[in-house]
Amino acid sequence: METPLTAKIRPDGEMIDLAAYERAGGYQSARKAMQMAPAEIIDTVKKSGLRGRGGAGFPTGMKWSFVPSGPDAPRPKYLVANGDEMEPGTFKDRVLLEGDPHELVEGMIIAARAIGADRGYVFLRGEYTDAGERIERALHEANEKGYLGKNIFGSGADFDLRLHMSGGRYMCGEETGLLNALEGKRANPRAKPPFPQVSGLFGKPTIVQNIETLCNLPHIVEKGPEWFQKLSLTGDAGTKLYGASGKVKKPGCWELPMGTPMREVIEKYAGGMQDGVKFRAALPGGASTDFLTTDHLDVPMDFTEIAKVGSRLGTATMIVLDDKTCPVGMVYNLEHFFAQESCGWCTPCWSGLHWAEEMLAAIEAGQGSMEHLARLEHICKMVAPGNTFCALAPGAAEPLQSALKYFREDFERHIREKRCPWRDGR
Amino acid sequence: MLTPEEQREIEVEAAHYPVRRAACIDALRVVQKHRGWVSDDAVRDIAEFLETSPEDIDSVATFYNLIFRKPVGRHVIMICDSVSCWVMGYDKMRDHLKSRLGVEMGQTTADGRFTLLPVVCLGACDKAPTMIVDGQLHANLDPPKIDAILERYK
Amino acid sequence: MTRIFVDKKPYEINPKQNLLEACLGQGLDLPYFCWHPALGSVGACRQCAVKIYRDEKDTRGRIMMACMTVPTPDMIVSIDDPEVRDFRAGIIEGLMMSHPHDCPVCDEGGQCHLQDMTVMTGHNYRHYEFEKRTFRNQYLGPLLNHEMNRCIQCYRCTRFYNEYAGGEDFGPQKLRNLVYFGRAEDGILENEFSGNLDEVCPTGVFTDKTAKQHYTRKWDLTFAPSVCPHCAVGCNISPAERYGTLRRVVNRYNSEINGYFLCDRGRFGYEHVNGKDRIRAPRAGQNAKPVEITRAEALDRFSSLAAEGKMIGIGSPRASLEANFALRSLVGAENFYAGIADAEYALLGEMLAIQRQGPAPATLRQLEHADAAFVLGEDVTNVAPRMALTLRQTVRQVFLEKIEKMGVPRWQDSAVRELAQNDHGPLFIASTYATRLDDVATGTYRAAPDDLARLGFAVAHILDASSPDVPGLPAEVRAQAERIALVLQAAARPAVVSGVSTGNAAVIRAAADVARALAKAAKPVSFLLTMEEANTLGLAILAPKPLGQAFEAAKAGNAQTVVILENDLYRRAPAATVDALLAAGHVVVLDSLETRTTEKAELVLPATPFSESDGTLVSSEGRAQRFFSVYPPVGDVQDAWRWLRDVLGLLTRPEGLSWKNLDDVVEAVARAVPALERIRDAAPGSKFRIAGAKIPRAPHRFSGRTSMLANIQVSEPKPPEDPDSPLSFTMEGAPVEPPAALQPFFWTGGWNSIQALNKFQEEIAGPLRGGDPGVLLIEPATGSAPGYLNTVPAAFAPRPGEWLVVPRHHIFGSEELSARAPAIAELSPKPYVALGAEDAAALGAAEGSPVEVKLDGATARLPLRIEAGLPRGVAALPAGLGPLDGITLPIWGRIEVTR
Ligand SMILES: Cc1cc2nc3c(=O)[nH]c(=O)nc-3n(C[C@H](O)[C@H](O)[C@H](O)COP(=O)(O)O)c2cc1C
Ligand code: SF4
Ligand code: FES
Repeated sequence: METPLTAKIRPDGEMIDLAAYERAGGYQSARKAMQMAPAEIIDTVKKSGLRGRGGAGFPTGMKWSFVPSGPDAPRPKYLVANGDEMEPGTFKDRVLLEGDPHELVEGMIIAARAIGADRGYVFLRGEYTDAGERIERALHEANEKGYLGKNIFGSGADFDLRLHMSGGRYMCGEETGLLNALEGKRANPRAKPPFPQVSGLFGKPTIVQNIETLCNLPHIVEKGPEWFQKLSLTGDAGTKLYGASGKVKKPGCWELPMGTPMREVIEKYAGGMQDGVKFRAALPGGASTDFLTTDHLDVPMDFTEIAKVGSRLGTATMIVLDDKTCPVGMVYNLEHFFAQESCGWCTPCWSGLHWAEEMLAAIEAGQGSMEHLARLEHICKMVAPGNTFCALAPGAAEPLQSALKYFREDFERHIREKRCPWRDGR
Repeated sequence: MLTPEEQREIEVEAAHYPVRRAACIDALRVVQKHRGWVSDDAVRDIAEFLETSPEDIDSVATFYNLIFRKPVGRHVIMICDSVSCWVMGYDKMRDHLKSRLGVEMGQTTADGRFTLLPVVCLGACDKAPTMIVDGQLHANLDPPKIDAILERYK
Repeated sequence: MTRIFVDKKPYEINPKQNLLEACLGQGLDLPYFCWHPALGSVGACRQCAVKIYRDEKDTRGRIMMACMTVPTPDMIVSIDDPEVRDFRAGIIEGLMMSHPHDCPVCDEGGQCHLQDMTVMTGHNYRHYEFEKRTFRNQYLGPLLNHEMNRCIQCYRCTRFYNEYAGGEDFGPQKLRNLVYFGRAEDGILENEFSGNLDEVCPTGVFTDKTAKQHYTRKWDLTFAPSVCPHCAVGCNISPAERYGTLRRVVNRYNSEINGYFLCDRGRFGYEHVNGKDRIRAPRAGQNAKPVEITRAEALDRFSSLAAEGKMIGIGSPRASLEANFALRSLVGAENFYAGIADAEYALLGEMLAIQRQGPAPATLRQLEHADAAFVLGEDVTNVAPRMALTLRQTVRQVFLEKIEKMGVPRWQDSAVRELAQNDHGPLFIASTYATRLDDVATGTYRAAPDDLARLGFAVAHILDASSPDVPGLPAEVRAQAERIALVLQAAARPAVVSGVSTGNAAVIRAAADVARALAKAAKPVSFLLTMEEANTLGLAILAPKPLGQAFEAAKAGNAQTVVILENDLYRRAPAATVDALLAAGHVVVLDSLETRTTEKAELVLPATPFSESDGTLVSSEGRAQRFFSVYPPVGDVQDAWRWLRDVLGLLTRPEGLSWKNLDDVVEAVARAVPALERIRDAAPGSKFRIAGAKIPRAPHRFSGRTSMLANIQVSEPKPPEDPDSPLSFTMEGAPVEPPAALQPFFWTGGWNSIQALNKFQEEIAGPLRGGDPGVLLIEPATGSAPGYLNTVPAAFAPRPGEWLVVPRHHIFGSEELSARAPAIAELSPKPYVALGAEDAAALGAAEGSPVEVKLDGATARLPLRIEAGLPRGVAALPAGLGPLDGITLPIWGRIEVTR
């Protein structure tokens, strides 16, 4: 089984430095890309079928093709690596950021070449201090070598790449919120159109890409699109970093072929459930995805197949709910997060999520009513995609609406018994 | 007044952007690194340094959760209250910290040593429950481990 | 035009507007909050949701925000669909989650957009049972009250204050359901347009603090169509009254001028009308022992003075055309003098001549759509405030066009701002001191007035070599001129703004030459000249003789009686000169407020302020506009023209008999002064009726109609009559929409707030139905293009030990009437003299240290203010403020450190 993304990561947890990275074949793809025409790189990435790993799964090559090119294109153009990773339950990008920052840098050089970006930022979560230091080091090393900065690889092209540490908000991960944050503003989302590809950072053409997405690029350039397609078990190409947290025996993050079913991840890699608890459900791809249950354990985890059963692949880092944990409490915890992180721009989100949190708190405390359930369902409708300004609130609705569907009886028991049946047992 | 050191560090960040004001969040982080938090005076000073208004800076400062607009203790404990840590026993860790430190969430100990704050998912869900102290991650927490960690911060 | 279907009915709409605008423009009711016709769309509140269907077969449809939707041909839209109705009800319920529901004690109640939308949406019960968030309110100064608990987070305030008006000391803080809109700390809001927050905020977070002192609900107010008396821009206003006092002023939309916004001087200056300085009765005898007399006695005395000997009249730039004309009629054109300083009057004459030759003055709307602007010598914010707000939009034009080219509509406000970042379209400001618009200027140039003129002439010469060159121009100034010329040349619709600020004719000529050079190059140039007072241009058109000649006449013994119309001469000439005039003969003053001049009068006749009179004003744009009284004067107070008419009557002059009402005076003016012929059309005359009925000044919900005076007299008094206009003083009258010039207020079923305006426009943000009020008196000149003015002054040469003292205008304080309103007075600067930093240092004086200023024989001790940008050799005094306010600036003077 090939694990191109994580193959170079050192088992001792230290970062792989530039020399070691190059010894393992690193920066050859960047070199190669500098010899390729931008259109050729875009074409290669399109053919590879690479879809964004930030959660939405948008085809990467297609996104690049919207960037204005040619001599009349506005300058500078920007490339931004989205290393915000604040989606609860998600810890996959951190593995790459800390383990192999040069892979990210190389991926960014390739992407920059493809879209003609002259400037780039790695937008990093403020709490990722270790990753921050390592990226700074990688940037320094790459600059020294002439892989970044002016006239990179002697190609005549410049690529100035900087690290930005976030002030901390989930909204910074949303690509337009991220752009505002990078401009030193409040991370409210921006209206589309115009899309960032045309008018993004500082009003210039900009591509925002997830860390894992970018880390795939050196390998695609090196080994070609067909190879990439074949890595997968299903129609969506490549490998994928999968994760599992919650009461499994060995929580962790693994690079596996795209389409690996949930059961395999939990049983084979995460070592199965802890003793004394049983699997009840999981959020397949972070906090903002719909619960899946035992019925879905064998669904291949890729963008297409998970969507068919009413959830999303998201970040593919699943959060497992066991039978000894209160689903209402879990949903309350999730909605507290979303309500807290609402940027306060659009009404359904800032009001609906706050209200939802209050009601969930009441239910969890044994003070809920059946009307609350109806109202929670109504709020899920209110924040459906398209009704809000960005995808935060629709994301918040996913675990809530699915919980109301799958754990209805648990909610009603809280209301009937006027207490949380798990409280003392847990 | 911003110290010469702070000014220099902010200048470095400002050079990374096409407009000076864009270094606003970096400037807040720089000041906080040196002073622990960002006072009203600091907001005014940053505004002046970046050629904008205090309102503009405060609008940003109050948006982000890693910018402290109130004084904090010598060490800031941020305990992850997101879903995986919650499943793995966040409540107990929080209660343990609260009783050990004798403070509620959001408060600073009487001796000014610790401030206890919640934080969202630290991206270490495989090692839940987790917290960071002064930016340093501590994972797989349990009460004895927490006690040992607290000992290390004077 | 594009056809769309809304709930199955076809509508022809303008596809350049968004779907919300299109629906509102068709008279459909669709609730909204964050969208504002002048601020564009940001899609934040999600209140304007509609259903859009792919085609006829699509039965489910998709919820979309109308304000963010581009209407497409044959689009199928539903406002009425139950699902989208439910969504909108849910949105308002969310918005109102923490709203205090304190309507009974809220100043916004009855004119509240949030109330209207709540009712429209059908939300009537709060299901939210948890704790509401509460905020601390801030002190924001004397103009606005802050009540943050009412906030619904629509972001309109910050979008107006920060983005539209360029304010910096305000903004959103925090996030989620806790967003707070305010300042970093308590304090006076600095932006000159802050008062608009009262109308921009859809609920009662920002309310008019001055109105709070004498609060009345909208439905109990009596309004009138009026024109702001506080500068020459001519913004349309609706002043409002209850129980005989003026309660507030709100914006009255005019798409060519003020649009949706007023400046704070215009909104809050009204309280001068209610002050203790009002003259309420005729009075005879001088300072020591004046006695109140009756109207008959006053007229008697007036007529005997008139019969006694030679009489001269001094007009006023703040009095109506009709009042000035009546005075001119009484004293004869040869004895009618301009009530403004000679230098200013000469300047005015020149401006009028320039405008008549062309280019004719542009409207603010035209200025807004210019894509490059050159401000020469003008402090726009402080002289013509509303124009400054327009210029802030002018600098966005290039980005609006750019975004349109990218296929994004211009109403997509955030997209435009993100594209623009902090960049601005070309705006050059050349001025003597730093101006409030410098922050959006792409270039500034600071110099003495003559040097500003030289820059202007140089620009004109570069644009067209047949205009005069400027000899000896320093290389860097020439380079600056070249940059400016290049940009103006490249612009499709350049604008040139100048005016009275510097008091320097060469500056205005230079600006005219630039405008003419551009016009010659076939550019549609917007040319605007500022003037100071509400009827400055009207007075100039009446062609009085210069004031200096009145002083001469008095000296020569040719003025036994001086009749002064609404004017404080001590603001117009040095005190000694005025003293001499007033001592030379009998002095009759007609005014509404006590001034230093009324103090010296032998006979004082109480005239009506703008709120109690009707008349015509001519704005700096040459637009004649009629203003109407809000309520009738009480006692012996009457319109100045009526006092004069009555005297004419006693003197058995024909006007005295034939001027029955305002129509007759308007007619007389129109006949006597060809240039004013068209003022007849400024508004329909007094006989105008709708279906036989007058137009009510009071809303149909007016309460206490029969009982409001019951504490005085139980039987209902006869409502006062208005002989001068087709408006009634009560709620009775035609229930239909009058012509725009007669529209006292905007109100329509279900729309109690100012947003009702949507229902009165031809299309959203377009002209009022039937056309905006006012007639233009200065038409574009036809025939051959005007020549150049060819008067390049020599470069400014500082004089040792002397300073050229220039006026420095202040939005709060420089204008006479508004400065008497307490809230404005609180914001006025204290008298000072300003020097540049270098000059101050050379003089050895620090900020605030007392210095002695000697001008034209007068001396004053004033604190020094350091204005960093003032050129060497130039000092500034606050215009119209302080002990030297009668001395015409600029003038050379001495400044010495006081020992
Ligand atoms: C509220 C919110 C938070 C998000 N956070 C992240 C994040 O932390 N990292 C990320 O890569 N994408 C995040 N996204 C997705 C981004 O908007 C964007 O789609 C992504 O960065 C694009 O990169 P990709 O195409 O490589 O996936 C978030 C989206 C939303 C709505
Ligand atoms: S859904 Fe609305 S309020 Fe929520 S984060 Fe997005 S834009 Fe902000
Ligand atoms: S008015 Fe359309 S979203 Fe606010």
